[in-house]
Amino acid sequence: MLVEEKNALSEEIEGYIKEYGKNRAALLPVLQAVQRKHSFVSDYAQQEIARILDIHPVEVYSVISFYSFLHSKPSGRNVVRLCRTISCDMAGKSQIENAIKRELGIEFGGTTKDNKITLEYTNCVGMCDVGPAMIINECVYTKLNPEKAVNILNEIK
Amino acid sequence: MEEMINMAVKGKTKRNGPVLFSEYNRGEGIKTALDLSRDDILFEIKESGLKGRGGAGFPTATKWMLVAAAKSDKKYIVCNADEGEPGTFKDRVLLMEYPELVFEGMVIAGYTCGASEGIVYLRGEYEYMLSSLEDYLYVMKKDKLLGENILVSKFCFDIKIKLGSGAYVCGEETALIESLEGQRGEPRNRPPYPVNTGFMGSPTTVNNVETLAAVPHIIMKGGSWFKNRGTNKSTGSKLFSVSGDCKKPGVYELLWGTSINELLKIVEAENVKAVQVGGASGVCIPKSQFDRKLGYEDLATGGSVIVFNEDRNMLEVLKNFMEFFVEESCGQCTPCRIGNIKLLEGVKMIERGDYTFRYINNLKELGKTMQVASKCGLGQSSPNPFLTILENFKDEIFNTNLLERQVGGNGGKE
Repeated sequence: MLVEEKNALSEEIEGYIKEYGKNRAALLPVLQAVQRKHSFVSDYAQQEIARILDIHPVEVYSVISFYSFLHSKPSGRNVVRLCRTISCDMAGKSQIENAIKRELGIEFGGTTKDNKITLEYTNCVGMCDVGPAMIINECVYTKLNPEKAVNILNEIK
Repeated sequence: MEEMINMAVKGKTKRNGPVLFSEYNRGEGIKTALDLSRDDILFEIKESGLKGRGGAGFPTATKWMLVAAAKSDKKYIVCNADEGEPGTFKDRVLLMEYPELVFEGMVIAGYTCGASEGIVYLRGEYEYMLSSLEDYLYVMKKDKLLGENILVSKFCFDIKIKLGSGAYVCGEETALIESLEGQRGEPRNRPPYPVNTGFMGSPTTVNNVETLAAVPHIIMKGGSWFKNRGTNKSTGSKLFSVSGDCKKPGVYELLWGTSINELLKIVEAENVKAVQVGGASGVCIPKSQFDRKLGYEDLATGGSVIVFNEDRNMLEVLKNFMEFFVEESCGQCTPCRIGNIKLLEGVKMIERGDYTFRYINNLKELGKTMQVASKCGLGQSSPNPFLTILENFKDEIFNTNLLERQVGGNGGKE
């Protein structure tokens, strides 16, 4: 990581902390903000957050590892989360799952070579009446069929 | 693309019942509440018999009284919008369609308990509705229904929205508070309860979205109005999130005491074999028990109803539930962390046909141990589907030929 990049990141984190407050309760919103912008929370970002909030970096890491929407390893620019819980499963999740895997040529948990899409499973997203559903970043897509799901994936940048 | 997002956002209620969706004008509840004394409000809530709608069913009045009586400079009202229970989506519909009920319920709770700050803990999956909710809060502030000196009184109350990050266990109130404090969402030992030592060590009420939404109605129409609906022990109505094999999935407001048969008729479900009441942590009801009634006295539930028709393979269903719990256990206490893995292994053994009844019975015993030994509601209720599905569908699971099961009941898959 270049020094300039490091400085820019530190500055960005300081901005978030100014916004959310310099206390432990700000940790989750700050991590979410960093994740939103960089698609993961790098080691350096973790250290910086820990330094400014005056906690141990391990505590920052322990929080990231707990929540399934936070990543400490690089992920693609877009994270696609397919709901695999019972109602979506019964509504035809496996067909969507297979279609997406075929189309992108990757398994769930993987990222496409161009770093565009990371595929993940998620548990119930609360769209049980309009399943199968998936979340791309923060947008929700419902009533999917294989063709529609693939079209949506091809549209994102 | 816009269209598709909106489709999810504008999930309409399928049936508006007589309580939660009765006529209500914005701001009325707060206005009436501010003219009443705190004791009057507590009396009305107590009279109404309102109980927590998240599933646990703790009397709301008791919770508020404890916080109101606690001595502290800072008190908090937390709205639990972390609905992660599989098959539940009523909060999504409430927050999108009736945010006024929820937020005004919080303001009234704040006035009653003497709190000046409210926090909505919104699950990360619902981030898409964050901006519209914040817009709504802004409008409330402009109309003096929120913020400094609400409706020209001395009462000040502000609401913030905090996002979760995809952890089911954070729906448990102490885990939710941990998460708000920037920690891992691991449940705390209770006591002390959040009503004494909650967010930042201050007295805190944590109420479900639906509980808070009922409050403005109770204030407007009185506790006895609410109490006269539903049954003796379960007053008022309940939102049911119905999904699975039925023609009309969606959110229904029904009075407590409705039987499963009646509910299935309303949602137009046919050839039903089983109904899972209460989501993954609930119980699975076979056809023979469909006359049982929904309510705290019989089938207590947070509102999730998942319908399975004759073609579904119940073992597949059970496997899906157990995978869910293995994934979502926070890993803090051993019965839940290891127990769920062992139960899932057991389900996979049955699936392969590689099991002994002796071992399955041991697993049932383990399930019962988890129900008493786990630290929080997750581990205490995660064996429910294992125990009820294996008990109620033992014929299907143990007596059908392994090959037949794999070919015939394929769980609706390709």
